[in-house]
Amino acid sequence: MAAGVAAWLPFARAAAIGWMPVANLPMPVAPTEKNKRQDELIILNVSGRRFQTWRNTLDRYPDTLLGSSEKEFFYNEETREYFFDRDPDVFRSILNFYRTGKLHYPRYECISAYDEELAFFGIIPEIISDCCYEEYKDRKRENAERLMDDNEDNKDCKLPNMTFRETMWRAFENPHTSTMALVFYYVTGFFIAVSVITNVVETVPCGATPNQKDMPCGERYTEAFFCMDTACVMIFTVEYLMRLFAAPSRYRFIRSVMSIIDVVAILPYYIGLVMTNNEDVSGAFVTLRVFRVFRIFKFSRHSQGLRILGYTLKSCASELGFLLFSLTMAIIIFATVMFYAEKGSTSSKFTSIPASFWYTIVTMTTLGYGDMVPKTIAGKIFGSICSLSGVLVIALPVPVIVSNFSRIYHQNQRADKRRAQKVQKARLARMRISKTGSSSAFLHSKRNGLLNESLELTQLPYKMNISHQSCSEDGQKLSKTMSLLESQHHHLLHCLEKTTNHEFMDEQLYEQSYLETALQSYPSRSPSLSSQGLTGTCCSRRAKKSSQLPNASAATSGLQELSAINIQCGDPPLSTSRSSLNMRPDDPPRLNCQSGQITTAIISIPTPPATTPDGDGHTLPNPSVQNIVKVSAL
Amino acid sequence: MGALMVIFSVQPKQRRKRQDSVEDELELSAVRHRPEGLEQLEAQTRFSRKELQILYRGFKNECPSGVVNEDTFKDIYSQFFPQGDASTYAHFLFNAFDTDHNGSVSFEDFVMGLSILLRGSVQEKLNWAFNLYDINKDGYITKEEMLDIMKAIYDMMGKCTYPILKEETPRQHVEIFFQKMDKNKDGVVTIDEFIDCCQNDENIMRSMQLFENVI
Repeated sequence: MAAGVAAWLPFARAAAIGWMPVANLPMPVAPTEKNKRQDELIILNVSGRRFQTWRNTLDRYPDTLLGSSEKEFFYNEETREYFFDRDPDVFRSILNFYRTGKLHYPRYECISAYDEELAFFGIIPEIISDCCYEEYKDRKRENAERLMDDNEDNKDCKLPNMTFRETMWRAFENPHTSTMALVFYYVTGFFIAVSVITNVVETVPCGATPNQKDMPCGERYTEAFFCMDTACVMIFTVEYLMRLFAAPSRYRFIRSVMSIIDVVAILPYYIGLVMTNNEDVSGAFVTLRVFRVFRIFKFSRHSQGLRILGYTLKSCASELGFLLFSLTMAIIIFATVMFYAEKGSTSSKFTSIPASFWYTIVTMTTLGYGDMVPKTIAGKIFGSICSLSGVLVIALPVPVIVSNFSRIYHQNQRADKRRAQKVQKARLARMRISKTGSSSAFLHSKRNGLLNESLELTQLPYKMNISHQSCSEDGQKLSKTMSLLESQHHHLLHCLEKTTNHEFMDEQLYEQSYLETALQSYPSRSPSLSSQGLTGTCCSRRAKKSSQLPNASAATSGLQELSAINIQCGDPPLSTSRSSLNMRPDDPPRLNCQSGQITTAIISIPTPPATTPDGDGHTLPNPSVQNIVKVSAL
Repeated sequence: MGALMVIFSVQPKQRRKRQDSVEDELELSAVRHRPEGLEQLEAQTRFSRKELQILYRGFKNECPSGVVNEDTFKDIYSQFFPQGDASTYAHFLFNAFDTDHNGSVSFEDFVMGLSILLRGSVQEKLNWAFNLYDINKDGYITKEEMLDIMKAIYDMMGKCTYPILKEETPRQHVEIFFQKMDKNKDGVVTIDEFIDCCQNDENIMRSMQLFENVI
């Protein structure tokens, strides 16, 4: 229940008079205030600054420090005020929370100081209102990252016993861990560079000897280049095998991009070894050598920026796709137009539409080689339009890609998003819990309230109209545990139940019972008197789990088991038992079988840790009696 | 072409300004509502000065503008019934409180209604209840009106009830109600029938006294 709305509770209760003529059942007794206090001002002295507010304002949130009796610990007798030795600036926003129901986060405030104050006053940060929540979360994340970075710098933790394999893998992944790893890192880097340079230099024409024409160096110094190639490939092979050996998950390693690049880099050499120097396949062999250029991608292990570039391109796939698509569209359009425009002119290079593609691409990217030029006037006009539009179309998606790159470079975007989603889910879950807390609190108190009603039941024979006068004292006892506001709200909901002759139920239990009513043909009867006969409806979990303990001596273990089951169940399905107690005129047949059940039920309480397992949420004689089977007077 | 674009962009702004000014006026007039003086209200209702002060503080907190419109009313009332849908019943309640039918409940309306409900005689309370049920305020409660009210009440329970809410439950309840109230079996309940019947029913009498000490 929100704060300001608590002030409207009297109105809601008064409006309940509208249900009274319609109801067929008597209404429950209203909770009374024991000592009806007039609303008074209380003074909160926070480090010298005095805040004043109504007591009712603070009572709106009974689960915080100021709303509960915890504040009595801070009461100063002489000055008749509550003194808190905390920051008065932050206290301002905390007090405003009570007044308006919204918690705001002041931007100038340090995030950890604010968190501490919230924790002190018992307020969960999740209820910060939406206007300030984003800012709060951002600041908190920054802070956490900063702390984590500091920790990582200090983290030279040596895990004691890593196997040789794990050490090797760690050395491969993170070269800064040991000297050997660093050496290995630089050696492989050097050899990649050497290999790439060799490939390049191979094709340069070396100085011509007088008797021979210009030849590329590769053909002149074949053996030298072959030796260099062999050495590099051997190093790469050894490295690949070592990585394969050290990988924690070999299957995953083989599938990873880097290992595919490694394989593609060294494969041409081996294929070349295997194949004979046959004329037919030498053409294919030459193409294979092209793949040696992939060795340059091995550098991406050595460069973080290269990896980020690759990742950016992958993540901007949609923008790149859009770019490609729009370019294709424009190329086709303009190529067609140019072709038909230039059709008339003689000796035109625009022989077909695909031939015009080349012109369009060169013009749109503003390259303008000049090998194909329009000659007609129409062709020139369309050509100029083509080049202008090319600039626009290409310029549009590029900033998006650029901003993507910079964003990814500065934060670890993917991990953040996942973390944020989890956090958002957790926040919504917590808020949902606190909101449904009100409805489940009602159900919870019903269970406890049942204690009192049935207490009175066993003293006198059950009648259709139970006089509620005797309930009042027990009701008084109960209201101590929850605030007056809550008890009044629960009384209101109780009146509604009586008016409609139906009861509120927990959602999970509702779904359960909904399934079970279909299955319930006849209730499960237990053989002997003292066994646990449990009702079919709404007790499906119990019915499944409860064993048939035939004798009372085993009842204690059954008691414990039942109490264990109760704890697991959480909210035990109290509604069934209550329904049997409230004899309804329209449910006689069901009543009989259920009453048969309840009479043989063994009582056990879902144990809150403080109390002993006695009494129960169902029928019960009185709390002190343990496993006596009490025949409820039905 | 540039001039054309400029002209087009200027036009909507002027239109918007005219609309805004009309809305602003409405809002200003809404903000300015203040209740009558404390003495007057004290005379008209049965609340003491202090009680009126407490009531007004709560009222103003939730509705700073001084009046409640139907949406806010529904919103506030729904917060008390988290499991069901309280908007239909809140609509009927709103109509019952808004005695001058101007679409908003001011503090005077609010406090008059509460005065009847909490401090009025049984006759007045029953009168109020009759007024609530009589949706079209013609002096008769028909079965359709009662069915609407009943459905609204059952809606507040929500879906997860025990026993499961069936379609015909409100209708059955209305039948029971009419059997009890409609003495001359003419299909409608008049105010006299209603008050007579309620005064003879012990349960109803007792529950009417339930909320005596709410404030």
